[in-house]
Amino acid sequence: MDKFTTLTAVAAPLPIANVDTDKIIPARFLKTIKRTGLGVHLFDTLRYDSEGRERPEFVLNTEPYRKAQVLIAHENFGCGSSREHAPWALLDFGIRCVIAPDFADIFHNNCFKNGILPVRLPRAVCDQLMEDARLGGNARVTVDLERQVVVRPNGEEIHFEIDPFRKHLLLNGLDDIGQTLQYAPKIDTYESRQREEKSWLPGITVA
Amino acid sequence: MTETKPRTLFDKVWDAHVVEQLPDGTCVLYIDRHLVHEVTSPQAFEGLRLAGRKVRRPDATIAVVDHNIPTSDRRLGIAEEESRIQVETLERNVAAFGVPYFPVLDARQGIVHIVGPEQGISLPGMTIVCGDSHTSTHGALGSLAFGIGTSEVEHVLATQTLLQKPAKNMLVRVDGTLPFGCSAKDIVLAIIGKIGTAGGTGHVIEYAGEAIRALDMAGRMSVCNMSIEAGARAGMIAPDQTTFDYVRGKPYAPKGEALERAIAYWATLPSDAGAQYDKTVVLNAADIAPMVTWGTNPEAVVPVTGVVPDPAAEPDEAKRAQMQRMLEYMDLTAGQKLAGVPVDVVFIGSCTNGRIEDLRMAAAVTRGRKVADGVRAMVVPGSGIVKQLAEAEGLDKVFLEAGFEWREPGCSMCLGMNPDKLTPGQRCASTSNRNFEGRQGPGGRTHLLSPAMAAAAAVTGRLTDVRDMA
Repeated sequence: MDKFTTLTAVAAPLPIANVDTDKIIPARFLKTIKRTGLGVHLFDTLRYDSEGRERPEFVLNTEPYRKAQVLIAHENFGCGSSREHAPWALLDFGIRCVIAPDFADIFHNNCFKNGILPVRLPRAVCDQLMEDARLGGNARVTVDLERQVVVRPNGEEIHFEIDPFRKHLLLNGLDDIGQTLQYAPKIDTYESRQREEKSWLPGITVA
Repeated sequence: MTETKPRTLFDKVWDAHVVEQLPDGTCVLYIDRHLVHEVTSPQAFEGLRLAGRKVRRPDATIAVVDHNIPTSDRRLGIAEEESRIQVETLERNVAAFGVPYFPVLDARQGIVHIVGPEQGISLPGMTIVCGDSHTSTHGALGSLAFGIGTSEVEHVLATQTLLQKPAKNMLVRVDGTLPFGCSAKDIVLAIIGKIGTAGGTGHVIEYAGEAIRALDMAGRMSVCNMSIEAGARAGMIAPDQTTFDYVRGKPYAPKGEALERAIAYWATLPSDAGAQYDKTVVLNAADIAPMVTWGTNPEAVVPVTGVVPDPAAEPDEAKRAQMQRMLEYMDLTAGQKLAGVPVDVVFIGSCTNGRIEDLRMAAAVTRGRKVADGVRAMVVPGSGIVKQLAEAEGLDKVFLEAGFEWREPGCSMCLGMNPDKLTPGQRCASTSNRNFEGRQGPGGRTHLLSPAMAAAAAVTGRLTDVRDMA
């Protein structure tokens, strides 16, 4: 996983609430067995018409947002399915940070596993950042994870909250599994205790 | 000391699975059961392979194929190449890593959330995860069951744990008795209509109250299944005699004296008197009517006697625009009555409503009637076992004689990943769980409703109040 430290980039405004994971990446594109290559289908139905042509009015089909690395949206971003293909598609397109008033839990979790920073900011602040983003290519936003600030193009800094453990993993690009395996002896102990206390619990074998 | 504090069902199951608590409150949480399917696992197994890791507990893991597979004759194989590759990849992975698997031609194959409880693989008091958001279904047994992403699938395969912070507790109490013509699906749609698609975010919902207690296990599973549609991390229902009776005799459940010890433990799990919830919502079952969604998320729902709401009455500009967009997509107009809207397709099945009890409810309405002209109606049992049971009861004949298709088990038309799809503009009365744009196929229009309401729509060709058909 790539580290996330500081990002200065074009932000794309997507003023929609309840952006569900079917919207981010429709189910028909989940047949891949890889993590990469989904960027071309990001927001497929919003981005392309039924003939596969770009819809000129969709934000990611316009300059400078084709190169956006930050996405700003409304409430409950990422609701719906648990598909990690949603953050994979965002990442493959180039998005490293999503700013919204709140996120659906599983999507929020999945972002951190892929080096994407989800930033929760109040609706009014998101609306302000969308206004900034509409100023065009020179109006870049900076997201500084170490200092936990979003810097508007006019230099104003907006603080955001983040879970300290997740911040640590993201700043250092650390693999979760590696972290957990430090506790392997404790997992062993738990399992022996469970075998004793819940001896009624059967294992699964398929005949 | 916190030990003496009254605890909720969620607190108890959580506490029993904490391996280690880190200083910031993150826990290493032990996972009792890991359900695996073909869509969200290939990259996880690949991750294990690249890191040279094994599956820590194959005996706590079960794999099935459900999302991709056609619901027609499966002896013919899978025509669609990408779907076939995904299924073959799962089969290679379970063989390489020694993971138990119900193959597609095994009667035990089916939708992962139907199979787990049906086989007794999912049990009360467990932590259960799957790379699928509808894992919340298994919470009906009184387990803590939730959906995870593929990175977490890999994490569980490798460590049998997850790094998690505890959720907040939310109580949804449904008092009173459910009226005639309504079922569990109407309860959960009414709940989502009331609290919204983000009403449960950050929380685990415990469903309680007389109307919930009165539900059979299938109904409880339908309710817990849609917890995620209210944004909740999971949904749970305290285990009781209904639960114990359900578990008894299931193939992988404990038997005899072991079962009695298990039940003694499970009986300690219901929330303590005085346990605190961060949020409480109360509904009166008597106020619930058969529900139908009109929009493109599950909170856009009204009783079938209602009308499509008017965006003009919505003060928030963004919400107004969203409602407008929903009406355009759904081809409905403000003030239009839901009852009477013609449908092209009826889908009965899914992890929400693909159990034998659901099929019985649909068959009761269908019996002696015919599917309306021009309507494609299909019944897709949730598993091979459900299919066998239904056929033993003659339900297949009821559906076939009425003009329904009687298909092989799988996720089918719940999501457009297999050949069962809507074509653009088609309108579907569906017992599934999501009405998002394009969910059942690009351009498809979904109305979520109960199995009885779906059957009523099939025979009249329109959204219909099933109570008028008695």
